[in-house]
Amino acid sequence: MSPDFVRIEPLGDAAILVRLGSDIDEATNRRVRAACARLERRRLAAVSDVVAAFTTVAVHYDPARGTFDQVARELSTALDQLDQEPLPATRTLTIPVHYGGGFGPDLEWVAAHARLTPEEVVRRHVAGEYLVHMIGFAPGFPYLGGLDASLVCPRRETPRTHVPTGSVGIGGSQTGIYPIESPGGWQLIGRTDVVLFDPAREPPSLLAPGDRVRFVEVQA
Amino acid sequence: VNLRVLRAGLLTTVQDLGRTGHQHEGVPVGGAMDTAALRVANLLVGNAESAAGLEVTLLGPTLELPGDVLLSITGADLAPTLDERPLLMAHAVHAPAGSQLAFGGPRAGCRAYVAFAGGIDVPLVLGSRATYLRAGIGGLHGRALAADDRITLGEPSARSRRIAACVAVGSSASWSPARFAGTALRVLPSTGTAVEVRALRGRHYDELTAASQQALWLEPFVVSGDSDRMGYRLVGPPLALAEPRELVSEAVAFGTVQLPPGGNPIVLLADRQTTGGYPRVLEVASVDLPLLAQTPPGGQVRFREVSLEEAQRLYLAREQELARLDVGITLQLC
Repeated sequence: MSPDFVRIEPLGDAAILVRLGSDIDEATNRRVRAACARLERRRLAAVSDVVAAFTTVAVHYDPARGTFDQVARELSTALDQLDQEPLPATRTLTIPVHYGGGFGPDLEWVAAHARLTPEEVVRRHVAGEYLVHMIGFAPGFPYLGGLDASLVCPRRETPRTHVPTGSVGIGGSQTGIYPIESPGGWQLIGRTDVVLFDPAREPPSLLAPGDRVRFVEVQA
Repeated sequence: VNLRVLRAGLLTTVQDLGRTGHQHEGVPVGGAMDTAALRVANLLVGNAESAAGLEVTLLGPTLELPGDVLLSITGADLAPTLDERPLLMAHAVHAPAGSQLAFGGPRAGCRAYVAFAGGIDVPLVLGSRATYLRAGIGGLHGRALAADDRITLGEPSARSRRIAACVAVGSSASWSPARFAGTALRVLPSTGTAVEVRALRGRHYDELTAASQQALWLEPFVVSGDSDRMGYRLVGPPLALAEPRELVSEAVAFGTVQLPPGGNPIVLLADRQTTGGYPRVLEVASVDLPLLAQTPPGGQVRFREVSLEEAQRLYLAREQELARLDVGITLQLC
């Protein structure tokens, strides 16, 4: 994909999707972050929210303050020469995790699916360094890329109605952490005490796109 | 001033116009499901349109009003009463100290909005007073009202005090500038439970089977019982893509109609997630979201296609109607 690829499309009558790539990879993630940084610097009057995802940036706007054509034109001007945009600093965080048992009720299932021992699943999970591609699904929920290919596994056929706060799960080729108790279909392999979302904190989400995450095992 | 909750009702929450500016952190916008109704209720009592009020769902609460309070109720007609006498909807009403506000039951619509002069004074969380139940933030301790709760009201504005003075001299102790509202501003939902909402084609509309595309515009869909502030599940003819697709998660909006594998679409509403990974087959026009939010479980929804330009024109017309109401109130002040 060309490095200056930007495609603008409507998302209903009060939002616009800016498509910056088609694949989930680090290069696209950098372009998504560059677009967000640019729109943070050059704020458009009609825009209330700028939401990064794997390959897109969504811009929510007030149609009473600008039509689609107007905002789309402003966006394509603002997003000019994106590769020149300096990226904001990112962090690498270490997340301690209690694996297995009551904290990770699906660890045995994941191990059986991967034809590995539970210990080996944990060893491979803590060996990785993961990129935060986006925050979504729930407040502060990070979609982490970089899962060891041997740990890829399908979501649960029937999602749980209550996934406890701090649960670490695997869904397809993603791994993630549930910041608040919510329903969820990912395979749960552990739990952390780290608070991923705290509305009293600034910023409330511990992680942001572009951050890196490492897991360490907490011995019981 | 403190209101006391005698009975909580089915689901009564503090809501304002939502928590914008935090969707990049995964925080849903939330706020009133029917924002037009809340805005009108606020205007009628002299509040800023964004002030926090109560969103009352189907079976309302019983509230004891301790001081003299100016209030207004818009949205669903849930048979509101003040000391057991019917209370006029979309009026500014003076409630004397010690009076009781209660609701008889749903007559039209699904959600009533109660605005009090001065607004509801709960702490701002991430810039908003809206209750987001799933994360337990905003509103009254992050939850729905419960019996014995006390609710603090803010200081009424100068405008609220002038409206209160108008109401006091009126013969019926109430005042209704809302009668000046034009047709673009539907202050009260109709009694029917079948609505037609306008919608745009979504990004994946073209990937639906031809039969599914037809069914979307021609067949009625029923709002299922497990619908909530997050979304309405619609039951109708099963819809399918011509070929199944694995999609990459991206942002969704208020009114996005997603199609999960089961074939029953879900309209995403106030407490929707910020992102989603299902095909997006329609996007409900913003101007018709209040109408949809007033459709109760069991109600029927039909979609009618509208272009992006038309949807934005309709939205602008309603915004102008709200602005006219605001001006109309100013002109009516004695």
